[in-house]
Amino acid sequence: MEVLYDIPVIGLLIQFVAYLGTHLPVIAPIIVAAAVPVVLGALCGFMNERSGVVNIGIEGMMLTSAFVAWWVASLVHGFIPASSSSLPFGITIPLLVGLVAAILAACLVSAVHAWLSITVRADQIISGTIINIFAFGITGYLNLLISQEAPTSAGSFKSLAMPSAITDLPIVGWLIESFLAVGPIALTMLISVIVLQVLLHRSRWGLRTKAVGEHPKAAETVGIDVIRLRYRNVILGGIFAGLAGAYLTIEFGSAFQGGMTNGRGFIALAALIFGRYTPIGAFGAALLFASSVGIERLIRFVPPEGQLGDILTSIPLEVYEALPYIITIVVLAGFVGRSIPPAADGKPYERESRAA
Amino acid sequence: MTTEPTAPDTGATTSTPPASPPPLEMRGITKRYPGVTANDGIDLEVRAGEIHALLGENGAGKTTLMNVLYGLAVPDAGEIRLFGEPVTITSPHDAIDRGISMVHQHFMLVPVLTVAENILLGEEPMRGPILLDRAGARERIRELGARFGWEIDPDRQVGQLSVGWQQRVEILKALYRDAKVLILDEPTAVLTPQETREIFDVLRRLRDEGYAIVFISHKLYEVLEVADRITVIRRGKVVGQRVPAKTDEEDLAELMVGREVQLTVDRGTSHPSDPVLAVENLHVRDDRGQEVVHGVSFSLRAGEIFGIAGVAGNGQDELVEALIGLRKPASGSVQLAGKDVTGAGPRQLHRAGVGFVPGDRHRFGLVLSFPLTDNLVLNDYYHAPYSRGLVRNDAAILRDAEAMIAQYDVRTPSATVTTSTLSGGNQQKVVVAREFEGDLKLLVLDQPTRGLDVGSIEFIHRQAIARRDSGVGILLVSAELDEVLELSDRIGVMYRGAIVAVVDGRGADREAVGLLMATGGKAPAAEAQEVAS
Amino acid sequence: MTALRGWNLARIRALVLVPFLAIVLALVTGAVIMILSSPLVDGFDLTLPITAYVALFRGAFGSFDAIVETLTEASPLILAGFAVGIGFKAGLFNIGAQGQFLVGALTATATALALDDASPAIAIPASLIAGMAGGLLYGAIPGVLKAFSGAHEVVTTIMLNYVAIFIVSYFISGPLRGENVTYSRTDDIHAASLPIILGDDGHLGILLAALAVPIVWWFLYRSTIGFEVRTTGANSEAARYAGMNPRWLIIFTMALCGLFAGLAGATQILGEVGYMPASFSTTIGFDAIAVALLGRANPVGILFAGLLFGAMQAGSGAMQIQAGIPFQMVSVLQAVILFFLTAEVLVRRVFRVRQAAEGLGEIGNLSESYAQRP
Repeated sequence: MEVLYDIPVIGLLIQFVAYLGTHLPVIAPIIVAAAVPVVLGALCGFMNERSGVVNIGIEGMMLTSAFVAWWVASLVHGFIPASSSSLPFGITIPLLVGLVAAILAACLVSAVHAWLSITVRADQIISGTIINIFAFGITGYLNLLISQEAPTSAGSFKSLAMPSAITDLPIVGWLIESFLAVGPIALTMLISVIVLQVLLHRSRWGLRTKAVGEHPKAAETVGIDVIRLRYRNVILGGIFAGLAGAYLTIEFGSAFQGGMTNGRGFIALAALIFGRYTPIGAFGAALLFASSVGIERLIRFVPPEGQLGDILTSIPLEVYEALPYIITIVVLAGFVGRSIPPAADGKPYERESRAA
Repeated sequence: MTTEPTAPDTGATTSTPPASPPPLEMRGITKRYPGVTANDGIDLEVRAGEIHALLGENGAGKTTLMNVLYGLAVPDAGEIRLFGEPVTITSPHDAIDRGISMVHQHFMLVPVLTVAENILLGEEPMRGPILLDRAGARERIRELGARFGWEIDPDRQVGQLSVGWQQRVEILKALYRDAKVLILDEPTAVLTPQETREIFDVLRRLRDEGYAIVFISHKLYEVLEVADRITVIRRGKVVGQRVPAKTDEEDLAELMVGREVQLTVDRGTSHPSDPVLAVENLHVRDDRGQEVVHGVSFSLRAGEIFGIAGVAGNGQDELVEALIGLRKPASGSVQLAGKDVTGAGPRQLHRAGVGFVPGDRHRFGLVLSFPLTDNLVLNDYYHAPYSRGLVRNDAAILRDAEAMIAQYDVRTPSATVTTSTLSGGNQQKVVVAREFEGDLKLLVLDQPTRGLDVGSIEFIHRQAIARRDSGVGILLVSAELDEVLELSDRIGVMYRGAIVAVVDGRGADREAVGLLMATGGKAPAAEAQEVAS
Repeated sequence: MTALRGWNLARIRALVLVPFLAIVLALVTGAVIMILSSPLVDGFDLTLPITAYVALFRGAFGSFDAIVETLTEASPLILAGFAVGIGFKAGLFNIGAQGQFLVGALTATATALALDDASPAIAIPASLIAGMAGGLLYGAIPGVLKAFSGAHEVVTTIMLNYVAIFIVSYFISGPLRGENVTYSRTDDIHAASLPIILGDDGHLGILLAALAVPIVWWFLYRSTIGFEVRTTGANSEAARYAGMNPRWLIIFTMALCGLFAGLAGATQILGEVGYMPASFSTTIGFDAIAVALLGRANPVGILFAGLLFGAMQAGSGAMQIQAGIPFQMVSVLQAVILFFLTAEVLVRRVFRVRQAAEGLGEIGNLSESYAQRP
């Protein structure tokens, strides 16, 4: 092994891989945790954009539901304090109610976006902007009001406990642990990615959604109700934004801070674009984006030694953090493998009979 | 192979009227749009086992009628009966449910989806409540294709298919839906003669299987070739019904184009002098890269109006765009007053003395949200007297705008109102005022009076003649034969991307020109042969 | 001149009526939110909105100092509002004012620090120009990307906003980090500090924003390039026929947008903050979108929208102290104003307004172009 390290350039690459390999079990949970809200946000975007509605309000939807999940869970916790749960995932009634409330809140915000985009035929980017500003304001406002009374947090969901027989398995053990020994929302994310990917290509819903996002008029001429399908998809997309927000305040963490989504909704949009508007692609992109964050942490706290360490630490850490955004721009500009949005994305649909 | 699972069980003869009520009857269909009655009390009856052609010029109301039938437009009056039963159709969904299928002029196919997905969209075979039965669908589509001897690959992306194959997919899409009434809106517009021939074979077969087929076209030879009965509509009204055996192209052309010629302007005598425009072997491609102008040559002299007549879509748009600098010609040359201007941009040509009045003024001609002043200097804003360096000279703009408004009789409260508030006729006068001004050599008028009221049409025609008499060469492109006949000193007929004939404009025989427009001047028999052989 | 632009009372009424009604409806909505949330503080209180709005108004206009504060808050909003509004005129949706603002702030700071020993007569203009240049270059990037690859400016500018955060973070915690500071920030700026021209805090930025209004108006409506920009935005096909160069205009417009955002960033650092922190938390670049939308992309409209939002910012402190209403209520009000502006049908129904819709001036539906292929 050591011999290989001395090969010029390639040796460094091998060293880098070995460095990552050694520390992967440590940073894998960080990566997964960073990826979960991004993937869920991207699934929300997927539901919107695939049916032809641009959504740059994912950030605001996530922020809203992050607040609602935490607040409602705390409120319910005030009435029925659940000390400790024997249920899997540490499920308690407050957490469950909080989760449902978060999903409903995000669906409600999505419904507003749907109404503005589909019925009012307003500019969809403006609609998304409004949602972001409103979410930032209202959650900050309420959070500050509430914090004067300082409600007790309802805690958070727990990760699934994996028997050590499995996690101790060589190589795959940590893989299973970091991906499957996770909380209920993270697990829902994994399942959703697979289910939506299958539905997209194999179900009637997927086929019709693609048709409506690409060529709504063609869809209408075969009897598909474009308006209804768009409404349904945009509102259902809220579920995933709701899960993403709830993940931040009742699974990954257990408290809310103003503006805590911190751009994750926009990275989600980036992941969706980089993942070519597919669930599995967005999942991969989110993992890649999260990895660059993971690697940044790793280099900051356990920098490698020798020449490799010199090189890696000489790169500003900000470069790793900016990488997801730069990659997205590069992909969008078509420098490597262009990502093409659905053809009718962003265009309000007007029925022929009224337009003529 | 000839199992007929979907064909309705009706009499398959074409000559004797069926005993049962016809699959489709439309009675007194009227559809008005703001400013125009697209359908004016149209009656149409289509029997089982017949190909019924709906013949008419562009804008005669054919597509509107079919949109009414297909639930894409709501009629203001009239009744639709299917197999004798009155029905209301408010959406394509209704239409499909009642056994009506339509092949649209612009294909309604989703390019990124596969053949199979496009065909079964909306009527998906299911395996359980959620998943598609993709294997079953593939099998059905292969079978359906096999009925016509088509080897269809259900998994190909539609966007990768040739236009001819896309047409087949559209037809399969209709058949897949168990249609009894099949509407084809100008299905041959984009096909090669071979593909056209094949589509005709398919239609005849379907007729023999008992389908009721509506075939919409403006091409006489096609209609004569394939139809069992022909209904001709003009300006929203049915003007006649014919059977191919008892009619010919002359008869149909007369019905389709009409006889009434309204001479409203005295064109006077022209005095052509030196050539201003010489087009030599010009080839132009459309947006998709298809060559649509095939080696056009003509010349135009100062002080004459050269009209280009032709059914819309025969390459006129691309020719015009090449002449005004919006489209680079693929090859050939354009000379303006002896100087080569091939491939010059719009500003360069405008400077060299080319004016352009488009029919689609909302696209190229005007910025509707701007005041009249801005639109009146839209292509002269950058030079004196309208600007000094980078600064607009609003006083000069206003002064000249007001002068132009007065001279061209634009009815407006002031020169600074937003252009969108004017009527269509006055908007077009703004374009005319701008483009007719200045030191002109050539004026390109592309459908200059489309959609205008009679008064505005007359005004614009008179201005064009005045400009001709002041020594400008005018190229008039119009699908309105009347307009071309009325104004032109010479007429070139454009057909399938070529100018097939040039005739003297004075005393040109309307029917002869109409026939040239519809057939390209080949003997009807030869044309038919080209299609049929 | 006014006659030439067609400004008359009816036209102004048409332009102003719906935004005005949207503001009224937003204040009502804000009041409802305050009343509904009042139990969270001191119990149900129907008069809370009155207390809050009075405090807000006093905080914004109640004294000379308050008015100066309003103007100080408004000036970067107005400048950044142009960064979005000029884009609207050209049919471009510049969500990147935030990033351009940050980069402009950074380049201005770097220049100011480098010239800290020079005389203010040199340091101030040089730093301001550096800020404009930084914003201009950063704004040109999405312009070039759109013109040559068709990458939609909405997504690229969002991404560039985040890239800007990391660029700032790198330079401020690295090369530009001050010597005697306890956290990642630069040293204080001296020579390039903007002079106070009004009251105790009213710095030169107010004058710059005030000057920018007629300059932008002049550029858009009196210069030939401004005419080209507006024509491209209103009807790009007509612009092409008129011999304009859409590609160049896209790059030019985005760069110009960046220039104004960069200037806003520069004045904020040089006039307001006095140094630059690594995590410069500001939302001015985002608020600018609301300013431009409310101002309907019109320079005078942007002036008033900027003053309104500036006043809200200025008064929000007083509102928080005197009525216990968190300052984020200002964002809520902004969002609700935009909502009613966008859902104009709703406003018309509520007030039974029956007049032709006057949209965002000369711009259409910007997101229509989202999926446009180059």
